[in-house]
Amino acid sequence: MNLDADLEAQIDSWRGYVQRRQAIATADVEELEDHLREQIEDLLATGLDHDEAFLVAIKRLGNLDAVSREFAREHSDRLWKQLVLLPDAAGDSRAPAWRELAVVVGFALGAGLAVKAGLTWSDGGTGLVRNLGLLVFPFLAAYFGWKRRLTVPVAATLVVSFAALAVLLNVYPFAAGGSTELLAALHAPVLLWMLVGIAYVGGRWRSDARRMDFVRFTGELAIYYTLLALGGAVLIGLTVAVLSAVRVDPGPVLTGWILPLTIPGALVVAAWLVEAKQNVVENIAPVLTRVFTPLTIIMLLAVLAVLATAGGLDTVDRYLLILMNAILVLVLSLLLYSISARDSLARPGVFDVLQLVLVIVALAVDAVMLTAMLTRITEFGFSPNKIAALGLNLLLLVHLVRAAWLAIGFLRGRHPFAALEHWQTRYLPIYGLWALVVVAVFPLVFGFA
Amino acid sequence: MRIEKDLVAAAATPLVLGILMDGDLYGYAILKRVSDLSGGSMQWTDGMLYPLLHRLERLGYVTSLWGTSDAGRRRKHYAITDLGREQLAERQEQWTVVADALRQVWQDRPRPTAVTEGWA
Repeated sequence: MNLDADLEAQIDSWRGYVQRRQAIATADVEELEDHLREQIEDLLATGLDHDEAFLVAIKRLGNLDAVSREFAREHSDRLWKQLVLLPDAAGDSRAPAWRELAVVVGFALGAGLAVKAGLTWSDGGTGLVRNLGLLVFPFLAAYFGWKRRLTVPVAATLVVSFAALAVLLNVYPFAAGGSTELLAALHAPVLLWMLVGIAYVGGRWRSDARRMDFVRFTGELAIYYTLLALGGAVLIGLTVAVLSAVRVDPGPVLTGWILPLTIPGALVVAAWLVEAKQNVVENIAPVLTRVFTPLTIIMLLAVLAVLATAGGLDTVDRYLLILMNAILVLVLSLLLYSISARDSLARPGVFDVLQLVLVIVALAVDAVMLTAMLTRITEFGFSPNKIAALGLNLLLLVHLVRAAWLAIGFLRGRHPFAALEHWQTRYLPIYGLWALVVVAVFPLVFGFA
Repeated sequence: MRIEKDLVAAAATPLVLGILMDGDLYGYAILKRVSDLSGGSMQWTDGMLYPLLHRLERLGYVTSLWGTSDAGRRRKHYAITDLGREQLAERQEQWTVVADALRQVWQDRPRPTAVTEGWA
């Protein structure tokens, strides 16, 4: 029996309503809908009109909250969204999913083998450290290039950029153990990461939203990579324990093959997981940022207090300065990550105030650092290390000051959260440019010392 | 007469399993059968049948199979399994014991007259 269009529309909206229940799966909705239609047909046969039949059938089906609760009790697993890496829906979607897995494993293996080759051929010098990023990141970029179907010009630009960086890092006659070499090795990954980012956003690097996606991706990747590393460490630890118990030395295989292959490979696998799960789990980022923002504020305050009581700033050790730089970069990452995780339409809340506090405390730390650095520079003169650190700190200062300004404006309702977001995403490439300057210009200026 | 909710819930599993002993059925047909058997006095929130069927399936008492209805809709049919039959036999024994006990108690003293009947 065909029901009339009005009734169909009512059933449609009912279906839409039920489908939003997480505990009720699509197949269950279908089952319930079959029931509902059967019921309606029987009621129509007894002489009710369409509206009446629909209402009675709905009523008999029961309170949706209660039914949904009952489903949830039986299928509590459904409240945890399921990550489907290889969708097993019939037919067309299966082939590409397997192909993607093959591509991921291929690139992961490629990254691992590249590092292994680098280890085998390196002379034990610093050449490998300089090139390590170059051995891994191109594979990650290649995965995204494949995934996003990059256009030929974008792909060509990426290949040329990677090649140019490789040439630069290996043609420059760095002095052995010199600081420009160390600086280049430290800043090259930033450049490489920018290139990966261009591949990630599918060449649309001008888009603020895509850039924010990449920030989000970076944070999630760090989390997933850490999880993979922890799991891998447990597995390896257990294996080593078993092998040692039966007096087999796992050392050569472990350091010769397993670690060089898995540590870079896991990066590609983690990227794939982040890609696969981006629609499934959106909850970890806000949770982590909410936990770590207050903790980081406390840490920064403690550091400030220690620095203030530790005596004159000119005595501050240079390793301490490097450490503090690392802390500031970490704070910035946390800030970026929490901004990327925030719903940009939500109203200002307590957490936004906390974030502003974090920015202000970070600014205070940055100011102390800058003072200490300037003191050292006036006392001992310039060096590549000091200029690099000074430059980074100035960049951070500008970034944080403007972020604080915009955050205050947002809290006072003077501009939308999007203004704060745009400031972050527009400022990011400047770090890449600075890294390029450190890698490409510093060695020339300072004579490769 | 309407049967109390808890009693309906307690009887649900043996009732569904028993109905399935006559052959495969889908949800709506099971409910119609329940209603016929009890003369309409065992009222059930229809939606609650499905979580129950899913639980029975998880426990291995029934299996399900997607088929097609006469109107061409996808429809899920349920069939009892061997484990379900064993379970049903066990429940039957339990219910027999309960019913026996109740009968003995009620034979000793006469059935109390319901208040409504007193007014009638």
